[in-house]
Amino acid sequence: MNAIWENIVDFMPSLLQGTVITIELTILSLILSLILGLIVALGRLSKNKVINRICSIYISIVRGTPLLVQMMYVYFVFPSFGITLTAFQSAIIALSFNEGGYLAETFRAGIKAVPTGQMEAAKAVGMDYSKAMQRIILPQAFSNVLPAIGNSAIILIKNSSLAAVITVTEVMHQGNLLAASTYQNMLIFTLVAIIYWILHYPLAIAVNYLEKRGGKRNVTASQH
Amino acid sequence: MLQLASIKKSFSGKEVIKEVDLSVNKGEVVVIIGPSGSGKSTLLRMINALEYPSGGDILLEGNSILFKESKGKKHPYSEKELSRFRTEIGMVFQGFHLFAHKTVLENIIEGPIHVRKMKKEAAIEEAKVLLEKVGLSDKQDAYPHSLSGGQQQRIAIARALAMKPKMLLFDEPTSALDPELVGEVLVVMKNLALEGMTMVVVTHEMGFAREVGDRIVFIDQGVIVQDAPPQHFFHSSNKNERIHKFLNTLTRNAV
Repeated sequence: MNAIWENIVDFMPSLLQGTVITIELTILSLILSLILGLIVALGRLSKNKVINRICSIYISIVRGTPLLVQMMYVYFVFPSFGITLTAFQSAIIALSFNEGGYLAETFRAGIKAVPTGQMEAAKAVGMDYSKAMQRIILPQAFSNVLPAIGNSAIILIKNSSLAAVITVTEVMHQGNLLAASTYQNMLIFTLVAIIYWILHYPLAIAVNYLEKRGGKRNVTASQH
Repeated sequence: MLQLASIKKSFSGKEVIKEVDLSVNKGEVVVIIGPSGSGKSTLLRMINALEYPSGGDILLEGNSILFKESKGKKHPYSEKELSRFRTEIGMVFQGFHLFAHKTVLENIIEGPIHVRKMKKEAAIEEAKVLLEKVGLSDKQDAYPHSLSGGQQQRIAIARALAMKPKMLLFDEPTSALDPELVGEVLVVMKNLALEGMTMVVVTHEMGFAREVGDRIVFIDQGVIVQDAPPQHFFHSSNKNERIHKFLNTLTRNAV
């Protein structure tokens, strides 16, 4: 038993270093993918056929190819186009690109779920499309999709483990390195799993709370 | 004040409004009635270009709200330019459409602050006066979903008034309300009419039409069948067959 404790104490510093990188990967990618997702969602709702098509193609690429391939592509193929990035930068780009596609569809659904009367009422008080979007539609859409964004963030935490294959020293990669040098596979990967679980837990609680709140609000709204 | 000139509207090839001419004078209450599907809501929604007409023109105080002229040619206004005219013409919807994420007070000051660029304090000041006018001063911090339909509609009227429009459009303002709540909305509308507000009202409330309307416009199958003062329109000597049939249906349903 003591031996296990000693091992854990030995492994934790590098695993925790990795955890910090995992958190950085997740937060940065989440922010970028939220921005990208919103832009693409608006593009998909746009009446401009070219913009619309570009956004559809993007979403189709994200959905139709594995994240692992996207990540390898950014890291190993982009240099052929003269774009050389660090492993960390490549991982951020691949994760944001991937998550942005899914969030775009989430946002689009959220915007469409806002009743059309809200847009008409905004226009009737003299707002143009972009002001109505900013002031009236998006705030409601955003609060509609907040639980879904929370779920996406949870998936993003776990997806960030794929950055290990392009040598980003996040927690999965650190675990791999430790396992290769110590053969303590069971202990190390159990620790890695526990770390991911702990990272996801606050988000899971937040999603639960938001879903309950949303449910309640919809009940009061539908009574009228 | 307002002129619709040979206004037309088709939806995917189907003509809903066929060359309608209509003018509304300042201070006048024009009530549009007609069977469902007659095009009356479409006609109303064209007045503030929520539906863009397929043909014809709309003049507000002599100026087209649909086209601008340059080098002798007519160009349709962009969506952004159209929004400027909508500040002059308020609209009240059948489904109220209060901004669901904002309180009653925020609903009313939204347009004045963000479209009219009014100072917040001044907007709040005016909003409170309007709330008193519609009898809902105690609800300023409530959210729309906690209010009854009648209360929501009165707030919607206050929201439209806050923009200080030249005229108000009402699209079946009481049709979504429980019968006992219709009266409170009609009272507010009647008071507005007495104050001299120019109003165009699509409604099925014949009592309101008769009492408050200066003119009744009966529309069926996309054309104006009759445009007459209520005393003539509702008089037994009005022999128009379609109007007769329509009014009979209403009375039959009321029994």
